[in-house]
Amino acid sequence: MSIKIVVLAKQVPDTRNVGPEAMTPEGTINRSALPAVYNPEDLNALEMALRVKELLPGSTVTVVTMGPPRAEEIIREAIYRGADDGFVLSDRRFAGADTLATSYAISCAVKRLGHVDIVFGGRQAIDGDTAQVGPQVAEKMDIPQITYAEELVSVSEKEIRIKRRLSNGTEVVEAPLPVLVTVCGSAPRPRFRHAHLLLQNRHLEIPVWTADDVNPDFDRLGLSGSPTKVKKVDSVVLTQKDNICVENTQEALNSLISNLVTNHIIG
Amino acid sequence: MNSILVYIEINESGRVADVSLELCSKGRRLADRLGGELEAIVAGSNLADLEQQLYPYGVDTILYANDPRLSPYRTLPHFSIVDGIIRERQPEVVLYGATSVGRDLAPRIASHLRCGLTADCTALEIGDHTDAKTGKDYHDILYQIRPAFGGNIVATIVSPETRPQMATVREGVMRKEVIDENRKGTVVNLDANKYLRNEDDCLKVISRQIDPQGVDIKGASIIVAGGYGMGSRENFEMLYKFANMIGGEVGASRAAVDAGFCDNDRQIGQTGVTVRPKLYIACGISGAVQHRVGMEQSGQIISINTDPDAPINAIADYTIIGDVCEVIPRLMNAYQSCKQ
Repeated sequence: MSIKIVVLAKQVPDTRNVGPEAMTPEGTINRSALPAVYNPEDLNALEMALRVKELLPGSTVTVVTMGPPRAEEIIREAIYRGADDGFVLSDRRFAGADTLATSYAISCAVKRLGHVDIVFGGRQAIDGDTAQVGPQVAEKMDIPQITYAEELVSVSEKEIRIKRRLSNGTEVVEAPLPVLVTVCGSAPRPRFRHAHLLLQNRHLEIPVWTADDVNPDFDRLGLSGSPTKVKKVDSVVLTQKDNICVENTQEALNSLISNLVTNHIIG
Repeated sequence: MNSILVYIEINESGRVADVSLELCSKGRRLADRLGGELEAIVAGSNLADLEQQLYPYGVDTILYANDPRLSPYRTLPHFSIVDGIIRERQPEVVLYGATSVGRDLAPRIASHLRCGLTADCTALEIGDHTDAKTGKDYHDILYQIRPAFGGNIVATIVSPETRPQMATVREGVMRKEVIDENRKGTVVNLDANKYLRNEDDCLKVISRQIDPQGVDIKGASIIVAGGYGMGSRENFEMLYKFANMIGGEVGASRAAVDAGFCDNDRQIGQTGVTVRPKLYIACGISGAVQHRVGMEQSGQIISINTDPDAPINAIADYTIIGDVCEVIPRLMNAYQSCKQ
């Protein structure tokens, strides 16, 4: 009654808390000024994977990330929360990858793990918000995909039932394994670290895999494997519009509202 | 072929979704610019009035796959149809709504065709490009423009070497425009069996709960939107009262939705809805780019914020520096005395 689960994860700059110090005077981004965090929806994905493991005892959860060597921090974090193991896919030849080249590299790595029953991942990462890598990994592995997962309804060695969050409602779907599932932020919150797992694993070496370890077609990696190119980047410059500063007093606000009513902006 | 292909999404009542009509309107302009045709791919089951719905928005050719396996939407059957059609017809550009359907389907197709795809574009233009490394010139390619990196920059993305060039666009970003009520085109009926594989049927839809009404903030002429500065879900209640009083709807920034102050069907901005009301009242919203792209075309903007330097103030017509919990009740008083 056990299955093999892979969870995809990404370490991202915390774009939710971009302060003024994160932008250089030239309007470019100073990445080093941003803290690196575990992509939030990837933690929801980890949680769903751990629940599957609890329902199917003996199952294993392996966490895979691609990034610089320091991304091992999030593998460690996942192990402290209950994952069995994990590795970092790190190589300068992966650099500059768009979602297509990223999904290619990740799918090569997952294929090296042999037969996998379920691949979980967050719906999207907060530094790109594309939601593309999950479905692209599914296509490259030639397995079905369930995106926008919100709730694990049931799971067996043969199939999984998931409640999905749609733009205008929800649906419950059932797919045979193997399958790839992307999990959204409205799914159950991730569990905390276990103290004993932290103590047990804090000196654990996290393996780093290079491109050579995953046997890829090198032309499909990194910049050369990326069809999309950034033509230009504009920093956002705000030009001050002529605006009227209204004082926060009842009189001033009365005249603002009566002005809007007179001009038929408020009915 | 120089053609533009739009993936048509069908809503619960069997009608073409608004986002698809918006994309047809945009697609028509892009097709005219490239001197090509606008094609629409529809995958569904027993749909009525497709011609009346699509031709006025500039569609030249409707490619219609009619099969019970295509409704409700499931990834693999739609993937096989759209992927097959793109291979046959070789469009220059393919556009999808950035909905839970389009964002599920488009990346899988991009992966299979090994072409570029840009998510959640806020503008699409045609222009030239010179590759900085090779010096190679590209003529009339698609500029896919979107805010990136937490909205601190706006990036122009191109996919010069691969075809088709694909993009997803959120509902409300493009304007829905009737080109000509009496416009006519042609329908090509597709044989779904030619495209569908047996294994496409492997996923079963067990049940669906769809809210056909939903919240229509896109159609509202007044929007009272709250941000992280509202502080709590309880404080949001005040916005509902105020909006109700002045005949408006309540919207929210992503930060407010993430904080749990408001449900995500009211989210305005790049990853929510784009709105163009007559009046937009931003309450405790700092105004990151992703939010501004979703509301900056509003007729009049009022910003209420404790921070005089909040970016939203730069695009506001009126700024009120103060605590929303103090300002909103005063605005409600003002409205009531004005109406007496």
